[in-house]
Amino acid sequence: MLTSVEIRRVILDRAYAAREGHIGSALSIADIMVVLYRDVVAGRLRGKARDRVVLSKGHAALALYAALYLSGELSEELLLKYCEDGGRLGIHPQHGIHGVEFTTGSLGQGLSFASGCALAAQLCEEQWRTFVVCSDAECDEGATWEAAMFAAQRHLGRLVVVVDYNHQQALGNTDDVITLGDLRARWEAVGWLAVDVDGHDTAALECALRLVERNGSQPLAVIAHTTFGKGVAFMERQLRWHYSSMSDDDYALAIASLGTTP
Amino acid sequence: MRAAFVSALHHLMDEDERVVLLTADLGFHVLEPLIDSHPQRVINLGVAEQNMAGVATGLAHSGRIPFIYSIATFASLRGYEFIRNGAIVHGLPVRVVGIGGGFEYGAAGISHYALEDLGLMRIQPGMTVVAPADGAQAAAALRATWELPGPVYYRVGKNDGAVLPELEARFRVGHVEVLRRGGDALLLATGAIATEAWRACSQLEAVGVSCSLAVVACLAPTPRDEIASLLDSVPLAVTVETHYVDGGLGSLTAEVIAEEGVHCRLVRAGVDSVPDRYSGSQAYMERRFRLDAASLVKRVLDAR
Repeated sequence: MLTSVEIRRVILDRAYAAREGHIGSALSIADIMVVLYRDVVAGRLRGKARDRVVLSKGHAALALYAALYLSGELSEELLLKYCEDGGRLGIHPQHGIHGVEFTTGSLGQGLSFASGCALAAQLCEEQWRTFVVCSDAECDEGATWEAAMFAAQRHLGRLVVVVDYNHQQALGNTDDVITLGDLRARWEAVGWLAVDVDGHDTAALECALRLVERNGSQPLAVIAHTTFGKGVAFMERQLRWHYSSMSDDDYALAIASLGTTP
Repeated sequence: MRAAFVSALHHLMDEDERVVLLTADLGFHVLEPLIDSHPQRVINLGVAEQNMAGVATGLAHSGRIPFIYSIATFASLRGYEFIRNGAIVHGLPVRVVGIGGGFEYGAAGISHYALEDLGLMRIQPGMTVVAPADGAQAAAALRATWELPGPVYYRVGKNDGAVLPELEARFRVGHVEVLRRGGDALLLATGAIATEAWRACSQLEAVGVSCSLAVVACLAPTPRDEIASLLDSVPLAVTVETHYVDGGLGSLTAEVIAEEGVHCRLVRAGVDSVPDRYSGSQAYMERRFRLDAASLVKRVLDAR
């Protein structure tokens, strides 16, 4: 079942098995992915007029794979080959499997692609929605704002971006690297409907994401205030869990932190 | 060439709803008829070439055939990684239209000189790379490629007047078009500068040097066998392109010579340094880099 605890368990299991990192970034968006896949796009991910989901912060792919797996959109066989030679699931998502619309890993490219998907829907008067999950540090990328201004100009009201505002990037705190300040105000300034939300409050996240159903003309930015590494106490807000992989002891402790045993 | 290409594109937009034209705020006095006819499908995204490439990828992913239009440098360079991670990686029918190769923007200077676009585009697997020699060939090339399943790069000359005699609107994907046959040397030319190669060929003929002339308007898929066969019958080949000498047609020809084991000397006529810190017209810059007909004649004679 797709729950906040289960998605984190899958993230930890696969990261441990593959001895790979990017764990904190995946944990950060775990609740966002639960709400997105369980409550918003469930049952709408197939066919030409399907909802599109783009994980622009591709390094958090484990959260995407876990959400797809737990919602029945990805087979266990594929999941278990995460980062294995010849497997389909790498550290960053690659197209060619159901549920991955667009290959990411280079930050700041997802929103432009998603704007193209949303524009296509607008041109042919289709109803599909396009969701993008991006990182706060992706707001450093100029191209993010090229796409943001374009989407507002074109009234792409069925386009939604969820910004994972965890204040952490590869080499430090975002406030020490490039201050982003009031992100809601920044998205509002370029014409978006923007809302602040606790990125770990699933009910609040659902309310925010459902604003897409209001049929407005503005694209929607959900500024999800999150904690890097959320759910695993010793990883929370710790920079090393951007890249580090877990030792046996780390894994045992992490699973215990979720309230279960390995 | 640009007018012929845009006119052919206009017809495509009339015929097929899938075709969408995106511009990064360029095309003044060129795109207006298309905007008038298809206001919904000609979209100005502002000065934002990266986003243009990304949006085009999303459109193509959803069944459209997007053309992205800008000056060749901006179209090819600014959004290159978006083109690579988007249209190339996903094998989508994005059409990148780069206006004005080489020195066609004259006194506008280095920022407007596309000198590496062909090289950058041809190294990407699955990218069809087209550099027509004149307007009629540009229109024919568009008609031959617009519906290909993968991405296409078009280097479209800015000047509308030039006509390459004997070419007669011929274009085939993956082939060269041979205009002359002679045994003393082979001139291989791509893009609008092919007209200078044609003039050089005529002048050489007048002094008793008989040259073959082939227009390589499709650099990828590479017409490898045809180029090898042409090289095989001459002692000397000169490649002619308004492009850095590395990466474009000259490099492509060197690859064919090396890999096919052809015994033929190669002179790569192109741009061999960064053309900045001085200004000049297209004609001046082409002379300065020895790409005009008179210089090409001299290079053939010197190399024999």
